Amino acid sequence: MSRVRADEEEYWHSSKFRAFTFDDEDDELSQLKESKRTVNSLRDIVDDDDDDLERVSWSGEPVGSISWSIKETASGSTSSLDGRDSSLQKGSSSYAALPKQGSSYSLSSLFKVESGLLHATQLCPSLSALSDTGVKSYAPELRRPRAEYKDYSSDWSPKDTVRRMQRGKVCSLERFRSLQDKLVLLDEAVAGHDGNVITAVLIFLKRTLRREILFRELEVRQVALCHLIHFLREMGEQKFLLDLLRFLDRTEEVALSQYREHLNIQDVEKRREFLKGCIGLPFSAEDTSHIQDHYTLLERQIIIEANDRHLEMAGQSELFRKYPRKASILNMPLVTTLFYSCFYHYTEAEGMFSSPTNLKKTFKIPDKQYVLTALAARAKLRAWGDVDALLTTKNWLGYTKKKAPIGFHRVVEILQRNNAPVQVLQEYVRLVEDVDTRLNLATKYKCHDVVIETYRDLKDRIQLTAYKDKVERGSAEEEKIHSILSNMVRNAYS
Amino acid sequence: MAFAGRRDAPEPPDFGILKRLARDQLVYLLEQLPGKKDLFIEADLMSPLDRIANVSILKQHDVDKLYKVETRPAPGASDQFCFLVRPRVRTMRFIADVTCDEWSFYLLPLDEDIISMELPEFFRDYFLEGDHRWINPVARALQLLNSLYGPFGKTYGIGRCAKMSYELWRDLEDESESEVQGRKPEIGHVFLMDRDMDYVTALCSQVVYEGLVDDTFRIKCGSVDFGPDVTSSDKSIKVLLNSQDKVFSEIRNEHFSSVFGFLSQKSRNLQAQYDRRRGMDIKQMKDFVSQELKGLKQEHRLLSLHIGACESIMKKKTKQDFQETIKAEHSLLEGFDIRESTSFIEEHIDRQVSPIESLRLMCLLSITENGLVPKDYRSLKTQYLQSYGPEHLLTFHNLKRIGLLTEQSAGDTLTAVESKVSKLVTDRAAGKITDAFNSLARKSNFRAISKKLGLIPRLDGEYDLKMPRDMAYVFGGAYVPLSCKIIEQVLERRGWQGLEEVVRLLNGNEFCVSDSAVEDNPACESQRVILAVFLGGCTFSEIAALRFLGKERGCKFIFLTTAITNSARMMEAMIEAKG
Repeated sequence: MSRVRADEEEYWHSSKFRAFTFDDEDDELSQLKESKRTVNSLRDIVDDDDDDLERVSWSGEPVGSISWSIKETASGSTSSLDGRDSSLQKGSSSYAALPKQGSSYSLSSLFKVESGLLHATQLCPSLSALSDTGVKSYAPELRRPRAEYKDYSSDWSPKDTVRRMQRGKVCSLERFRSLQDKLVLLDEAVAGHDGNVITAVLIFLKRTLRREILFRELEVRQVALCHLIHFLREMGEQKFLLDLLRFLDRTEEVALSQYREHLNIQDVEKRREFLKGCIGLPFSAEDTSHIQDHYTLLERQIIIEANDRHLEMAGQSELFRKYPRKASILNMPLVTTLFYSCFYHYTEAEGMFSSPTNLKKTFKIPDKQYVLTALAARAKLRAWGDVDALLTTKNWLGYTKKKAPIGFHRVVEILQRNNAPVQVLQEYVRLVEDVDTRLNLATKYKCHDVVIETYRDLKDRIQLTAYKDKVERGSAEEEKIHSILSNMVRNAYS
Repeated sequence: MAFAGRRDAPEPPDFGILKRLARDQLVYLLEQLPGKKDLFIEADLMSPLDRIANVSILKQHDVDKLYKVETRPAPGASDQFCFLVRPRVRTMRFIADVTCDEWSFYLLPLDEDIISMELPEFFRDYFLEGDHRWINPVARALQLLNSLYGPFGKTYGIGRCAKMSYELWRDLEDESESEVQGRKPEIGHVFLMDRDMDYVTALCSQVVYEGLVDDTFRIKCGSVDFGPDVTSSDKSIKVLLNSQDKVFSEIRNEHFSSVFGFLSQKSRNLQAQYDRRRGMDIKQMKDFVSQELKGLKQEHRLLSLHIGACESIMKKKTKQDFQETIKAEHSLLEGFDIRESTSFIEEHIDRQVSPIESLRLMCLLSITENGLVPKDYRSLKTQYLQSYGPEHLLTFHNLKRIGLLTEQSAGDTLTAVESKVSKLVTDRAAGKITDAFNSLARKSNFRAISKKLGLIPRLDGEYDLKMPRDMAYVFGGAYVPLSCKIIEQVLERRGWQGLEEVVRLLNGNEFCVSDSAVEDNPACESQRVILAVFLGGCTFSEIAALRFLGKERGCKFIFLTTAITNSARMMEAMIEAKG
C-alpha cells in the first residue's frame, strides 16, 4: 500500500461507518448469498431421498396430518379412512340424550365433544400414558360419571347454581322466579367471573323479563351489559340490540351499528340507497361528513363504472384497449378511484365526474395525496412529460422550478418502480436533498454521475476510488473519477 | 426472588404429558361412541389437533371420515356424527339437538417452554367486547398446571383479567380434593399479566429472528409454511419451528443482524464435514454413512431453509422501507421528532402501503403520546378512510373503545371523571359504576412509565447486538419491552414494593399472593422456574427477551399464553369483517 501524504490525508474525509440496515440489499445479502452457494454446492451429495422434514411431528413421530385429510374429504375424494367395517356392532350403542331444558345448558367448557349418540356411563378413561408414570394420582379427574353433570334437585342457592354451572354441570334456572332472585343470580354470575355463565343467565333473563326491566337493570350492571351486547351482536339480533342501545342513549353506537349493515348488502344500487339513509343517523359531525363522502363516492363510482364499461366494450378507446381494466371500480377506496381516474381520465375537463380534478375538489383531496397518486398513475403509463409537468411550478416572475410536495426520494422510488429510464431517474435523484439518501438512491439505481458528483462534494476519496469498480471499464464515468481524483488535491492546495 | 449470582438456568418441566393427557381424553371420548363415526372438526381446531393426534389414532377408534364443521356430510355416511367444536354461540346454532361432552384440551405445548391456549379471539372478546367467557378456561389451565407441576409458591399479577382469573382459579382450587401438599414442585412462581398493560411492545416491528419469521410468514401453531421463494423450488414446505430444529434453536432469539454470520459459519462447517469424505478409506466411509450422514443431511435441509427464509425476509423488508419504519418507531418510543414521525405515518397512509401497517403505526403514535392531538387524529383518520375505504370508520370506533387509538382532549376529560369516580367509591358495589369506564380509553402513560423504568437505554456508542447487555437487544437496543421489565422488577423485589408509582400509572390491579403452605426454599431448583402468563397474547420478542433474562439471572421462564400474537394479528382483530 502506498503511503499518502499528510496534507492529502487532511483533505479527504474519512469514510462513514456503516451499521447494519435492512436497506443495503447488496452488502448484507452478500454473506447470505455466499452461505447459500455453499449449501447449494452440497445439494448434489444430499438430495436423494426423503422429505422427512414434512412428515415429522413435534414428538418426532410421522404424522398423517388431520388437516390434510380434511382437505382431501372436502375436495370430494371421500374415501373412508378405513375401508373395512369395524368389528364393533353399531346396534349396541344406547341412546342417552339429555332431556331438553330451555335455559339449562352451560357453555362453560372450552372444548366439547358433541355426539349424536352417546354411551351413558363408562367410567374408565383410557389413561395408558399416565398409568405407568404415577401421575394419575394428582392429575385432575378426566371424567366423571355422566349422571354427575345432571342435576334435578332444585334448591341450590344462586351462588351454588353459578358454581355448578361454572363447573360444567347442568342446572335448571326456572326456579328463579322473582325479579329479585333473578338479579341476585345475575350478580352472582358476574362475581364468579365466568362469561359463559353470565351469558347463560342473561339468555334466561332475556326470555323471562320484560325488555324495559331488563334494560333498566343492565344499565347499572356494566359487565353483564357488555355480555348481552356481545351476545346480541354474535347472534345478529340487530333489532333487539338497537332497542337496547337506544334505551341507553348510546346514539353514536346506534348509528354505527346501523351503518355496519351496509357491509352485508351486495347489490350496489341497494347499497347506495342504504348509505343515503345513513347520512341522517346520529353520528358525530366529523363522521357524518365521512358517511356523506362514502355515499357520494359510491354514487360517482356507479356513474363512472357504467360509462367505462360501455367504453371498454365498444372498443373505441385506445387506452382501454391497451390497458384493459382488471377490476370494477365499485366499492374501491377514494385514493384507488383517484388513481383510476388519473390513469384513464387524466385530461378530462373538471366538469366531468370522472376527471381527477373533479374528484380532488369534491373530496378535498390534499395536494400531497393528489400528486402522489397522479404521479404513480402517469408513471405507470410512462408518460414522463406529465410527470415533469406535475412537478414543475412557475413563480410569479415566470421562472420554473421543480417542486415535489412528497419529497424527491419518493418521486424517484415511484418512477423506478415503473422502470423509468436512467436519464429520467437521474434528473430527480439529483434533486434529493439529503446527501445520504441521494447517495443511496443513486448507487441503487446506478445513476453514476450523481454518485460521482456527490462523493466529490463530500471529498470522500475512499468511496470514490471504490466506486471505480462499479462503473464500466473505459467509460466516461471512469474517466470522470480519474480526473476528479487527480485534480482535486492539486486544486485544493494550489 | 433474589437473583444471586450467575447460575445455570434449570431445565423446564416435561410438558409432553399435557399432550398425552389431551390425546387420551380424546380417545376416551371417541370410545364413548363405539362403531363407525364421522368426525366434524372446526376449522381453527385442526392445527392444534394435528399437534396431539393423527389420522391413524382416529382410525384406530373407528373414525370413518373427517369433515370441517361447515361442510355437509355425504349422504349414506356413518350414522354417528361427532363434532369437535369450541363452545361458541355461532357454532352451537348449527349443531342442533345433541348431547355434549367436554374435552378439557386447554393447553397445547408448542415447545419445551411455550404452552399456548390457541385462543386468538381472547384478545378481542375480552379487551374490546368486555366478555369474560375465556376466564374460566384460563383458571382451569392454571389449576391443571398447578396440579401437575405445582404447588406454585407465589403468584404475582397485574391487570383486571389477571385478577379475575386468579380469583376463579383459587375458587376452583379450594374445592378440589386433589392433594398437592408435600409434593416437590417443578414450577416455583406464577406471573399473570394482561395484554393491555403493555400494548407498545406488541405493536413494535419484530427484529429477532423468530419474531421476524412470524411477522413475515405467520407461524401457525408452531409451524410455518415456507413458500417457493424460500424453498427455491416449486413447492411449499411446512416446517415445525422449535427447539428440536438444531439450526433454528440457535438463531431464533438472535437479532436478525447476527443471524447471517451464524448461518455462514454453519454452512462452512457443514462443508468441512462433507469434505472429510475425501480422504476416507472404505471402512471410514461406511461409518460416515451409517453414523453421520443422516444428521448432516438434516442439517443441510434446515440450513438451506433458513438461509432461504433470511433472503426472502431481506427482500420483502427492503421493499417495504423497513429501515425507515424502524427509525420512525424508535423516534416514537423515545418521544423524539413526533412531527416527523407523524408525517411519515401520513405518507405511509397516502401511499396505500398496507392497511394493517398504517393502522399499527397510528396506534403506536397514539399509545406513546397518550392519544393524538385532535387535529392529527382527524386528518390521519380522514386520509386513512380515503386510502383504505370508508367502512374503516368502524375500525376506528373499535380502536377508540379499546384505547389503542384515541384523541387527546376526549381522553383527558374522561380520565378526570374516572379518577373522581374511583376516588369516591371503593367497595364492590361501586365497581359497577367504575366498570362503565372499563371499556373506554384508559390513558397509557407510556412516556412516564418508560422514564420511571428506564425503558430507553442511554446509548454510549453502538449497541453490540451480538453481545446483548440487556433485553433491549430484541428491539435493536432501542427499547426494553415494558411487559418484560415489569416482570423483571417484580421478581427482583419479590413483590410490588417500590413500584407504587409505576402501578399507579398502569392503573393498578396488581397483586402478589404467597401460598403459605408452600415452603419458600430458595435452594430449591423449582424456585427458579417461573410461569409467565400472558392474557391476550404474547409476542416472540417478549419470549426472546425473557429467555435472555432467564439466562442472565439463572432462572427459567415458561410461557403460558392465550395465543402467540404480533402487531398484525392485533390490528386484524380490530378490523370489522364483512359479516
